[in-house]
Amino acid sequence: MSILVNKDTKVIVQGFTGKEGTFHAEQCMAYGTKIVGGVTPGKGGQEHLGQPVFNTVEEAVRATGATVSMIFVPPAFVSDAVMEAADAGISLAVIITEGAPVKDMMFAKAYAVKKDMMTIGPNCPGIITADECKIGIMPGFIFKKGNIGLISKSGTLTYESANQVVKEGFGITTAVGIGGDPIIGLSYKQLLPMFEADPETHAIVMIGEIGGDLEIQAAAYIKEHITKPVVAFIAGQTAPAGKRMGHAGAIISGGAGTAAEKMAALEAAGVKVVVSPADIGKAIAEVMRK
Amino acid sequence: MNIHEYQAKELFKKYNVPTPRGHIAFTPDEAVKAAQELGGSVWVVKAQIHAGGRGLGGGVKLARSTSEVRALAAEILGMQLVTHQTGPEGKLVQKVYIEEGADIKKEYYLGMLLDRASEMPIMMASTEGGMAIEDVAHDSPEKIIKVAIDPLTGFQSFHGRKLAFGLGLAVEEINTFIKFASALYRVYMDHDAEMIEINPLIKTGDGKFLALDAKMGFDNNALYRQSQVNEMRDLTEEEPTEIEADKYGLSYIKLDGNVGCMVNGAGLAMGTMDTINYEGGRPANFLDVGGSASAETVAKGFEIILKDPNVKAIFVNIFGGIVRCDRVANGILEATKLTNVNVPVIVRLDGTNAIEAAEILNNAGIANIVAATDLADGARKAVAAAKGE
Repeated sequence: MSILVNKDTKVIVQGFTGKEGTFHAEQCMAYGTKIVGGVTPGKGGQEHLGQPVFNTVEEAVRATGATVSMIFVPPAFVSDAVMEAADAGISLAVIITEGAPVKDMMFAKAYAVKKDMMTIGPNCPGIITADECKIGIMPGFIFKKGNIGLISKSGTLTYESANQVVKEGFGITTAVGIGGDPIIGLSYKQLLPMFEADPETHAIVMIGEIGGDLEIQAAAYIKEHITKPVVAFIAGQTAPAGKRMGHAGAIISGGAGTAAEKMAALEAAGVKVVVSPADIGKAIAEVMRK
Repeated sequence: MNIHEYQAKELFKKYNVPTPRGHIAFTPDEAVKAAQELGGSVWVVKAQIHAGGRGLGGGVKLARSTSEVRALAAEILGMQLVTHQTGPEGKLVQKVYIEEGADIKKEYYLGMLLDRASEMPIMMASTEGGMAIEDVAHDSPEKIIKVAIDPLTGFQSFHGRKLAFGLGLAVEEINTFIKFASALYRVYMDHDAEMIEINPLIKTGDGKFLALDAKMGFDNNALYRQSQVNEMRDLTEEEPTEIEADKYGLSYIKLDGNVGCMVNGAGLAMGTMDTINYEGGRPANFLDVGGSASAETVAKGFEIILKDPNVKAIFVNIFGGIVRCDRVANGILEATKLTNVNVPVIVRLDGTNAIEAAEILNNAGIANIVAATDLADGARKAVAAAKGE
């Protein structure tokens, strides 16, 4: 078991024939992901990486039965690609592209919600179910199979945490990089219940950062609904207010969105909060051996 | 990206958002000329810098004669204006905005920003004009009226009525206010704004609404399609090292500690700063080398970090996903050739091609490069090195 994706998930790639799309689609296929085709308008009918290329997502879905799309198109075309996927009946779009305008994502997300399509990202490493399916750009070899679910706003902190969990002798069920933009798709609040319901997941690692209040919402949800142990780290305890720390959404504005308030809320919800990200693995070992 | 008050007001005028008339001036002579062109008998001389709180810092002053305009412009131009947003060193004032005086009957606050909870733009209004909205939100949140505007419907009259009645406006003032707010919404959406703040918005003696101040910030991701806004960018208002870093695809923010950091990924970069802090040190900067770190960009990263004389040690913390560790290792070697790296460099490389990277560094045999096994080990060694241990 796992959440959202597994070895049977059929995936298409939007922006399949581009440089990034090609490189990472190839990596995903090598990991075992069932990539059944791709979309590049104007290149329909061709073959790429041994899979068919289509002009539209609709054609690709009809011909392949794909339910998930991995999006690699350039930033200016992200909203169009997301809306096309939603319109074609895709059930989950994983948006890897970094740098999409916030206004575009506002419209794209609203449309995706209306069409019942889930989204992950943008500006994220994607999702991986260990040893089964990788839809994104993470180095697959770090994610050994195990019983820990992982949700993270940061790509490299996802790798860092997974690596620590594995070094402690545990492994990952599914890891989801949700991205750190101001508007993102699936977040803690939607993913936590999925991990709670997954019998293979025994504990959850949650990585947050400064800015916004998704971690505060997550804390309220955990308090009411989550029975599995949760370990959390919030990046940016030493970040100055008013400065954007790399991610478009990672900014303390008007004194809100600080690491301290998020850590306090999570602690009050019974979450094991670590102050140093170097202690994530140890904390998982602690809660798992209880 | 932010722009100046006078530039935001230019955008306002194009959309018929009423503002007082004004002209920009770079010298006291130009200031006098601007005042003469505007006419009248009262003018406001306003320092143009990218920071709030200019009035309290002495950067906004009232003049009742053209000779007073000259004197005030001479005083404000060239000053290091210190406000609660500039830091103690302040910001150099290079231009002043000369504006006609306004007949203020009442001051309000009106602002727009993206509400991350509803994922829609919200418009906020308050009767507490002239006050910092953060303070109002903290002390008397009931005095802030907010409306979320669904971008699929756009601004409707009911949004405006909700704000207007909330502000306690008289019935005959409501339509004027709605027109103002509706035009402001279009300014926000059409320019990919991230934030607009009008503080104060004023009601004049004859019942008009005017944006007495104007502050705008924009979504950097959308600047590629906002040529007019791009032209308004004032590089002298930005940190030079941050601009230089940006040219090389690096995201750099200077801090006040002495342990330099070079990390891939924004989250891990913040996490590395936090770890340094946890181990008893203080980070000198935030630096995300991004996903495509080449030898050249990494070398540039060192150069930028070392421009800060406080830096006593550098912690390179790379977890290789897209960015391969062997490339980073080559970058480190390249950097030691291009720049004089005269402080200890603690290197922790993990992930894709970490073993090859370790070989590259070991074979190079450079004395001030110290290998670390993991995040905690690297942070500890970097903190100790910065302390001269």
